[in-house]
This record gives sequence, C-alpha cells and structure tokens, in this order.
Amino acid sequence: MSKAIKTIYMIIIMMFLYLPIVTLMVFSFNESKSMFAWTGLSLRWYKEMFHDTQMLSAIWNTFSIAISAAAIATIIGTMACVGIIAMSKRSQTVIMGFNNIPLLNADIVTGISLMLSFIAFGFYLNWGTVLLAHITFCIPYVILSVMPKLKQLGPGNYEAALDLGATPAYAFRKVVIPEIKPGIISGFLLAFTMSVDDFVVTHFTRGAGINTISTLIYSQVKVGIRPTLFALSTVIFLVVLVILVLVNFASGKDAEEEEFFYEVAQG
Amino acid sequence: MAKSLIELKHITKAFDDNVVLDDFSLLVNENEFITLLGPSGCGKTTTLRIVGGFETPDDGKVYFEGKDITDVPPNKRHINTVFQKYALFPHMNVGQNIAFGLEISGKSSAYIKDKVKYGLKLVNLDGFQNRKIESLSGGQQQRVAMARAIVNEPKVLLLDEPLGALDLKLRQDMEYELIRLKNELGITFIYVTHDQEEALTMSDKVVVMNGGYIQQMGTPEEIYNEPENAFVADFIGDSNIIDGIMIEDRVVKICDTIFPCVDEGFGHNKPVDVVIRPEDLIIGKPGDGKLDGEVIHNVFIGVHYEMEIMAGGFEWLVQNTVSYPVGTKVSLDIIPENIQIMHKPKSKEEEAIDTDV
Amino acid sequence: MYRKLLSMPFIFWIFVGTVIPLAMIAYYGFTDRLGNFTINNIIAIFQPVHAQALGLSLGLALISTAVCFLLAFPLAMILKGSSWGRKGFIVFIFILPMWMNFLLRTMAWQVILEKGGIFNTMLQTMHLPSLNIINTPAAIVLGMVYDFLPFMVLPIYNALMKIDDNIIEAAYDLGATKGRVLKDILLPLSVPGIASGITMVFVPSLTTFVISNILGGGKIYLIGNIIEQEFTTSANWNLGSGLSLIMMVFIVISMAALARLDKSGEGNFI
Repeated sequence: MSKAIKTIYMIIIMMFLYLPIVTLMVFSFNESKSMFAWTGLSLRWYKEMFHDTQMLSAIWNTFSIAISAAAIATIIGTMACVGIIAMSKRSQTVIMGFNNIPLLNADIVTGISLMLSFIAFGFYLNWGTVLLAHITFCIPYVILSVMPKLKQLGPGNYEAALDLGATPAYAFRKVVIPEIKPGIISGFLLAFTMSVDDFVVTHFTRGAGINTISTLIYSQVKVGIRPTLFALSTVIFLVVLVILVLVNFASGKDAEEEEFFYEVAQG
Repeated sequence: MAKSLIELKHITKAFDDNVVLDDFSLLVNENEFITLLGPSGCGKTTTLRIVGGFETPDDGKVYFEGKDITDVPPNKRHINTVFQKYALFPHMNVGQNIAFGLEISGKSSAYIKDKVKYGLKLVNLDGFQNRKIESLSGGQQQRVAMARAIVNEPKVLLLDEPLGALDLKLRQDMEYELIRLKNELGITFIYVTHDQEEALTMSDKVVVMNGGYIQQMGTPEEIYNEPENAFVADFIGDSNIIDGIMIEDRVVKICDTIFPCVDEGFGHNKPVDVVIRPEDLIIGKPGDGKLDGEVIHNVFIGVHYEMEIMAGGFEWLVQNTVSYPVGTKVSLDIIPENIQIMHKPKSKEEEAIDTDV
Repeated sequence: MYRKLLSMPFIFWIFVGTVIPLAMIAYYGFTDRLGNFTINNIIAIFQPVHAQALGLSLGLALISTAVCFLLAFPLAMILKGSSWGRKGFIVFIFILPMWMNFLLRTMAWQVILEKGGIFNTMLQTMHLPSLNIINTPAAIVLGMVYDFLPFMVLPIYNALMKIDDNIIEAAYDLGATKGRVLKDILLPLSVPGIASGITMVFVPSLTTFVISNILGGGKIYLIGNIIEQEFTTSANWNLGSGLSLIMMVFIVISMAALARLDKSGEGNFI
C-alpha cells in the first residue's frame, strides 16, 4: 500500500470524525436557531449561556457530580486495588471479574437496574441517587487504571522500605503512592470524563428533579436543540483541548502521555 | 581458492545523528564461519541487519554472489537469520514455526514433513513438532529458531548473538553444536557477538569491530596472539598493556629494561604499546628473571591462580597454576615470542575501553 | 493482612451497586405487577413488535461492528507504522472528538444528513443525486459506527503495537510476502484486541436507544427503545425487565466469547 493511499485513508477518516464537531462549532455562532441555514455570525448563544438558569443549573449538576463521583471512586478504587493485590490469585480473578461487569454491561442495564434498586429501597431520585449511580460505574475505571501500575511496581520497593525500617503505613505513603500516582491521576480523570459525558445512567436515575448537560440536551432533541447547548459544548471542548495540549507540552513523558490520552478520552 | 560470497563495499549507515558505520567494507567467503566481535554500539549488529536486508545503507553496496542486492527486500534474499531473542511465532507450535519458510516456497506437504523432522533431528529436538513455544526452555527455543532458519537451505546463515540468554554450560554445548552444524551443512555462518570466548571457539575468521571500524581481522590465533592495537589486545583475553620504547628491530625497552622480541618495522626509539598475556609471564626466584618484584594480590580462579605482581613500577597481571602467596619476592621473565608490539592508538576507537566501575 | 480490609468498601459497593441491582431486574422480570411469579415478560419477546425490534437491533449491531472492524483494522495498521511525529499525538487526534458531547455529535449527523443538510448540498454541487438516508436504518448504522469507531481502533492498535518487531522481521526473513505477514502473523496475534474491540462496539450498538431516537426520527424501534419506553412512558417495569433479561443473554454471550478469545485480559483499550 503506497504512502499516498494511506494518507488519503487517514484524511478521509479524520474528516469523518471531525465533520459533526466542526458543524456544531460553526452553528454555535449562527445568528438564528436554525441548524440548516446560516444567517450570520453571532455570539448571542454564548451570551445567553450565562443567563439561562436551566442550563446553569445543569452545568453545576454535571460538574459537581463528576468531581464528587470521581473523587470518591478514586479513593474507593485505589484502596480496593491495594487490598486486592494482597489476595490470592483466585480471589483476585473473581473480584476483577465482578469489576468488569459495569464496564462491559450495557449502560441501559446499569441505569435501569440502579433505578429499580433505588425505588425499591425507598430512595427518591435526585442529585444523590445520580451521584451514587455515577460512583458505581466510575470505580471500575479507577481500578483499571491503578491496578496495572500497582502490578508493575511489584513488591520490590515496598519490601526495600520495610527492610530499611519503615512501618507499613510509612512505606505506603512514601514509596507506593508516589509510584502509582500516575495511575491514580489518570483513573481520576477517566472517571471524571465518564461521568461528565454520561447520559443513559443519569437519564434513569435522576427522577424529574435535576438535569445534567446530557439530559438537558436530550430533552430538547424532539423540539430542536437550542444553540446555547452548542455554545456550551464548544466551550467545554475547547477548554479540554487547551488543557490537554498544555499538559502535552508541560510533561515530557511519552509513554505516560499516550496512556493518559487513551484513558482520558474514553468518554 | 576461497570464493567470495558476500561483499560489503563502502557501507555508511547513520541513525539520526549517530554514525554507526563509516565506509565499512568486508568480504565473506564461502563455507566460512566469520564472527563480528565487538562491544555494544560498535556496528556489528547493524552490519548483520544490512546483510539480512532489515536496514538499508545510506551509502555503499551489498553484493551476494556477485549480484547487487542492496535494495532487495529480506524476503527475497537467499539468506536466513537467527534472531537474538529467537523471534519464534508464539501462536504456532514448533513444527509450524519450522515449516513456515518451506510453506512459503510452496514445497509439498510430504517434503515439508520430512524437512521438519530433519531439522529437529539436526538440533537434537526429535519429536518436538507439536510442542507449544511457551513450553520450551531458552536453549530449546534457540534450537528451534536455528532449525527454522536452516531448513530453508540458505547459502548464508546470519546469527545475532543467539547464545546471549543461555547459561554457561548450555552456551558451551551450543558452541560445539554450531561448529558441527556448519561442518555438516557446509554453509557460511556470519555470527555477531560481544563475547570473545564464543568468537575464539567457533570462528574461522574473527573481525574485531569498534566504533564502526574494523580494528583487526584474522584467525582466532592471530587475534589473540598478535593483537594490532590496544583495543583488540584489551578486548580479547586478559592482557598487560604497557608503554615501551622500540629501540630498534627486535629490541624493546620496558620498565627501563631491555627485552629481545620478534617484531620488526616499528622504527628506532619510537614509543609503542607492548602487550604481554598474563599466562606468558614466567615467575622465578628474585634475580633469575629480567624484572624483580613482589606479589601483591592472589585470587584462586579454579583453572589457575590470578596474581598481581608489582615489578619495574608496573602492576603485572600474572596467571599461573602454581600459587605464590602475597608478599613473596619474585622475578618475572618472558620469552621474546610472547612480547607483542603494537602501534600507539591513532584514534579513539583503537584505545582500550575504559571501564569505570 | 489488614490490607485486604481496604478493599471492603469496594466489595460492598459491588454487592450493593451491581449484584443487587441485577437481582432486581431478575425479580421484576419474573414477576407481574402484583408480585406473582410469571414468565410472561420473558415470552413477550416473541410478540411481533418485540421480536422485530430485537431482530433489527441484532442486525444493525452486527453490521455496525463489521463496518467498524473493516475501517479500524487498516487504520490501526497505518497508525502502527506511522512516523508522523509522536505516536501519542496521532492517536490523540483520533480520540479528541470524543470530548464533544456524544448526544450532540450524533445530533450533528442529523443536521448533516437532512434533506437540506450539508451532505446533500455537497452532493448536489457535485451533480450527484441526493441521498436520503436520514431516518432510515442506514443512518442509525452510520451513527453507531461514528460513535463507537474509536473503541474498535484502540484495542486493535494496542494489540498490534504489542507484537514484537523481531517476529515480523523473522517472517520476512523466511520469505513471507506482506500479505502473508498480515494473514499469518498480524491477524492471529491481534485477536485479543480484535475480540475486545468487537465486544465494545457490539454491546453498545445492540442496546442503544439514543442513536435510534435521534437518527431514526422516532419511527425506528430498536430493542433499546422498547425497553426504555417501558420504564419511562409506559411504566411497565416488569415487561421492561423481562425484555432486558433477554437482551442481557446476548451481552453475556459476547462477554463469554471475549473471555475465550482474550484469556489474559490484555486486549484492553488502556
């Protein structure tokens, strides 16, 4: 296969991937509400973004849930990894198997099952239930990020620390945690991403009370989406892009970055 | 008269800014076991890969049986390689691995079956056809890799440090195996290693390389007994390398003492490097030899005792089967044939490698 | 020893967050509104409406998975062999679109594919007939492929990158052509990645309702749509659970097949 064909193929795929995004970004600057006709350049949707209370509350919900869920999931997940590694191979396989269920399961099943559970146990569907649901599907991602790092580390350094007189807790803090930090961080970011972008699980567990950005968008699908949402998404997208590019240039570690990019962009 | 099979002419190869080979030329004859020997980074593996077709030289040409194969891809060359890490196909069993090249050349299944059996017998792995690769030990994997290459009846076999991962005993066994194979098959072996013992044991010809240049080329005896510069002397075997002054032909002055030697053509009163192998030094009672000194170090190696003797202002490394305890006063002597004179290094690559522990 | 206790919160969470909820679905699936045992919710799959939806979902999911694979494998190969600056950067470019909200990206295709939309306008300027795929199953396949393509590319790319270059060189050394190397070396050794990719595309495609809502004009019913409706508008949780159980059979089959083909669990997207 010649270089030319390969390049053309890549370009076609890239165009395929970016066409919708570019379309959205372009229409976020459209004067009118229409998604088909261009009536002129305008920033009105961006301005409106800041006044639309419904949207502001959706933004707040989305990010507050995401940060909380990611934080809690990271703590539970990291602790879990440490605990699991100390178990027998058998137990490890079984538990990791269970860990994979939310990952491989359809999100609709996760959403429905959680909804049924909440209601059966008398919970009202609100911000809290959404948070609990998000934590549930975030934990596996954290474990998936931290486990390989923990396994890679091996008992070597930890044992060396004990040999030099450290208590287990100290060895842990000073030796193990710093080594697996990249895994913890990427796990956190991965969980955060999955939470921000989630729609289906939130759809079922939110009740009528709250909206996240995704559910707000969905509610407008039938009636036509207000371009304020395009504006919002464009802003988020550009912010993320800038952050990732900066991170890209700030650190210089190739393989770590690669991993990071894969994981972070799963959403 | 030996026929030239492979010829490398003026090969230059650089990776990014690192020039690995510079105007490198080499002739390989038919039915020869030639070893490229040198430290890591000297260019030996790159040379091998260029012969195999996995790298293309930036400059220069490669000839095979007189034909220019510089741009011929590896799958079209009648040359096979045994890789350092064996590179066995993990998803195929032993038999399928060995049969791979044969199936590609479209041989009949009866022929292939026989050839696989023959290949396994050749490397002493009879009956291993259905074994899985992951169930094999390092030595066994290595032999499968060799069988896989050999059954294709290449004219030239390239071997890239194949014995590196094996333990000592196994390595020694494999060295004899390789010699036997070469004699039995009558094909040319181009072997790459940094281990001088492998090179000396198996080769017809040794090419000592450093920094992309050939430091010396010759039979194992020539390389060992008559090193041409400090690098070769130091890299091969143990040696004492000491400054000397060539008074005139066949006379050299070391440690302010005159020694008769057998080398000529190094000029008059010229500074030279002198190489004396530790096993060639004769230990005697003080006054019996040319230099008087004292034993300052003594370690039992097994085959011999390794001693350091301070004499004439130089710490001599001496190997002897008789032990002289530390502190004994002794004398050292050497017969003229065992003194090897070398030119002073003309470039960095000719200097002995500095190992800073 | 006490280290194992650290995993207790997690184990508790698995139990409460995964095991119990799945049990709830099973409970609702096998009971009726009054709580009596029944298998009506399960055999409901054979009703024409439901069977059709399931059939359509399976068909579209299989097509999307196949298309994703056919697009992704060459792409992964090209990425593997690419020397365009740092490899991480190239992969980054392909993952970046996922940062735009998934619903909006799918919506954008509606815009693009509409009668008066960009795609058709482009076709018209090239004097080609306009394609009316919006609101047809074809559009849904397009949406599925678009949304899930990265999930197929990444595991395959990772699997390919894990293949030792020496092995590929050995194959060439033994006389293999490029085609041979692909068939006998690259494909077999990337099976864990392929299996992972297939599962990660097939399951979401099979169970989606969002894509069919947005690109199907509300007229095309996949099994996901039916189930979603039973839980929201129709409020027949029992039926919804029963149909979910049927759907989960296919999910479990996929997971089992994946476990068979990727024994070491290395075909992950990480």
